[in-house]
Amino acid sequence: MTSRRDFIKISAMGAGVLAMSSGTYGAIKLISSPENASKLRVDLKRTPTYCEVCFWKCAGWVYKTSEGKIWKIIGNDEDQHSNGRFCPRGTGGVGMYYDEDRLKTPLIRVKERGKQVFREASWDEAFEYIAAKMKDISSKYGPESMALFTHGSGSAYYTNLTKAYGSSNIAEPSYAQCRGPRDEAFMATFGEEVYSPEITDIRDTKCLVLIGSHIGENMHNGQIQEMSDAIDKGVTIITVDPRFSTAAGKSKFWLPIKPSTDIALLLAWINEIIFNDYYDKKYVEKYCSGFDKLKEHVKDFTPEWAYGITTIKPDLIRKTAKEMADASPSVIVHPGRHVTWYGDDTQRVRAVAILNALLGSWGRRGGFYRPAKFAVPSAKIPKYPEPKKTWTDAFPGKYPIASSPVSNALIAASIPENKPGILIKGWIVNGTNLISSIPNRPDTIKAIQNLDLIVAIDTMPMEITGWADVVLPECTYLERYDALRISPYRKPAIALRMPAAEAKNSTRSGYNIARGLAVNLGLEAYVPFEKQEELLDWQLKQIGSSLEEMQRVGVKTSEREADDLYFAENEDVVFSTDSGKIELFSKAFEDAGFDPLPKYVAHEEPAEGFYRLIYGRAPMHTFGRTLNNPNLTDLMKENSVWVNPKVSKEWGLKAGQYIWLKNQDGVVSDFPIKVRITERIRWDSIYMVHGFGHGQKQLERCFGKGASDTQLITKVLIDPIMGGTGMRGNFVTFVTEKTEKEVAS
Amino acid sequence: MRYAMAVDTRKCVGCSDCVVACQTENNVPIGFCRDWVVEVMDGTYPQLEMEIRSERCNHCENAPCVRCCPTGASQKIEGGIVVVDHNKCIGCGACMASCPYDARYPHPAGYVDKCTFCEHRIKNGLSPACVAVCPTKCLYFGDLHDLNSNVSVILKRRKFKTLIPEAGTNPQLYFLI
Repeated sequence: MTSRRDFIKISAMGAGVLAMSSGTYGAIKLISSPENASKLRVDLKRTPTYCEVCFWKCAGWVYKTSEGKIWKIIGNDEDQHSNGRFCPRGTGGVGMYYDEDRLKTPLIRVKERGKQVFREASWDEAFEYIAAKMKDISSKYGPESMALFTHGSGSAYYTNLTKAYGSSNIAEPSYAQCRGPRDEAFMATFGEEVYSPEITDIRDTKCLVLIGSHIGENMHNGQIQEMSDAIDKGVTIITVDPRFSTAAGKSKFWLPIKPSTDIALLLAWINEIIFNDYYDKKYVEKYCSGFDKLKEHVKDFTPEWAYGITTIKPDLIRKTAKEMADASPSVIVHPGRHVTWYGDDTQRVRAVAILNALLGSWGRRGGFYRPAKFAVPSAKIPKYPEPKKTWTDAFPGKYPIASSPVSNALIAASIPENKPGILIKGWIVNGTNLISSIPNRPDTIKAIQNLDLIVAIDTMPMEITGWADVVLPECTYLERYDALRISPYRKPAIALRMPAAEAKNSTRSGYNIARGLAVNLGLEAYVPFEKQEELLDWQLKQIGSSLEEMQRVGVKTSEREADDLYFAENEDVVFSTDSGKIELFSKAFEDAGFDPLPKYVAHEEPAEGFYRLIYGRAPMHTFGRTLNNPNLTDLMKENSVWVNPKVSKEWGLKAGQYIWLKNQDGVVSDFPIKVRITERIRWDSIYMVHGFGHGQKQLERCFGKGASDTQLITKVLIDPIMGGTGMRGNFVTFVTEKTEKEVAS
Repeated sequence: MRYAMAVDTRKCVGCSDCVVACQTENNVPIGFCRDWVVEVMDGTYPQLEMEIRSERCNHCENAPCVRCCPTGASQKIEGGIVVVDHNKCIGCGACMASCPYDARYPHPAGYVDKCTFCEHRIKNGLSPACVAVCPTKCLYFGDLHDLNSNVSVILKRRKFKTLIPEAGTNPQLYFLI
């Protein structure tokens, strides 16, 4: 058995061992230095912030040393998102500020696109350059030919700017590359999405079902904390994953499913729950429509039927269905977050939503709660011009259910040979590295080469900034004000972010950049407050607070107006669906030409010698954004490819060996990746953490470390319902030596 | 007074927040750490078990590092906390060689450094930085002589183990299983 035992220090490898084995320790100059000893610091100043290292946006305090240096960031005890505890990325957020590779000054491209030859420019010059090009695009093609791709807290300002300019082509990769199918599936079923942070009442649940959702590796702070509280209270966790995830290690039941067969398992669970009368009859009768059609639809989808597809034994399917029923309504079949897997993702999450409805968990304690949110007035601005065309005119009739612009559709609309109904000629890209966040990289680059203007706004030199005509350096969240954080949660709350330090170099905040562009475009009226703090103070005074108060407390939480966190007994609830009911059978989907009830469809399987590429998260990194952060790089420097021992034996792979991965289309990873031989992955798949393998040389710490999953995702399974990019239909094989040609390319 | 820590391996997700919180709190230079995370796997797919542990100095009752230190820099202070007096340390590395847990590292400034249970915080009524930050609340810290302390209560309620008990150091880091 011992040979099968992995023994891995996940992070910050034992430094002592390294030093001793290298034999250098004795040579270190031995000077005792009391000034370096950790001592209690006095006169600490703390500044409120909310974190920007991920989208959870936990509120906390930035502490500085008596010399005024940023020292540490600690959670705010009053904050519901963090409960005073930041995750590793938030704690390591200080590294974002200190990273010496940050963008420092505006840059204007001087050679052809992608060659990365820039000259430094002043802000005025950069603004004038962009404004001239944008005016040019507007007069030549119409303002609708500009698109914004955006992520993070700056989004609000650039969205306002883009709308004021006359375009509604504003896409967040977090929709079509991530949570979009989930939002549409829950909208179609419950008439409501699950929001961010998700309204999952994990702390009080008795049964948590995770389908490919790896809480603990995705460090969504509130969910981790609540899962831990639930473990203390004896929750039953059921994890469905081809990989033995961290959550699987905490689970009573782990279902090591064959990848791409989740819908079959979900249908079998629905069958089991309906035909054993496990479902919440009163709830279904009162709130749901389409039950009879659902019952008829799933009648043949027995656990035995699913066994042949999923490789999960019927007995285990039955047992887990019973566990859910026993916990009902305090059960959560988790909607997940990154759900763009196989192109039928909206249908899969519909099955998840239906299962929750049958178990009566929506609106119930330990299921899904009703969120509450502060209403804060916005600044008065003129009406936005009405765009003559929108992204939906690019490819009419496609993705009819999409409620947000689809980033990949906007990229396709930037390539003339696709003959889009509206040709996109200019991009503003804020805080999202499209080269790494959008699959099928060659298409993204082709689109860029057809643009008249591409502006990239970021704190770090990412691959996308290398492709830009103009690069605008933003300061980090530790050096700026931002809009109030007003997110839905159990109680309404607001949080303030204010600068803890002066903006480094020539960087500027998102608000200031957007205002600078607005002034140069003659759109100043849309950004009426010169300074963001004036706007914040005005807003806060409208709701009985002030900037001064928020600077002191950081977070302000109020009680809910009514005691309505959950549905009351027999409450009459009108859902925001067409029928006003929870729609088990979706008429809206049927009308749009899609299956009104989810069906299982078999997906392509790997060819001989190929393995399905599965990717995921590591708790200390947020996608590719944090990889150069000195504190977080120290915790995880590179990704590895997880290979089952059966597979490594067949290939003669050794643990720790560096290899390249080659996908079904012949794409070989730019950089080698370390082999991790582990029982934690199925023999038909390999796993790697997303975001690594950066090809941007200016990122000194992370350039070329590990391999990029995105580079290997060239086959994209588009969800016809809402345009999501399914990314788990790619297969890779191992390359132990690169040929000269491959190295040269 | 006898300070001790318990780590709930059933809750720890191995996120390394304890590591980075310690590094920032104590100005541990990048590339070194006073605490770390270990993952132990057992079994064959799909019959698997995994244990994740946040580890650090065991603040042993019978600490070999204290015994072998030639200058008296490695010493025990109130509550059984093992610390290194940086002024007295000559960086000879004897303590590092003697520690069964590999819990010390050579600070680039020339002395040996290790976990102090954030002694500077606990004397002000705060918990160690790793305990305060842990999102899973899997770390319990307190005085074993106080029967109502967090750590005493959890050790009474749960099964636990220590690491390498055969080394005979009487470690004070307990792992709840």
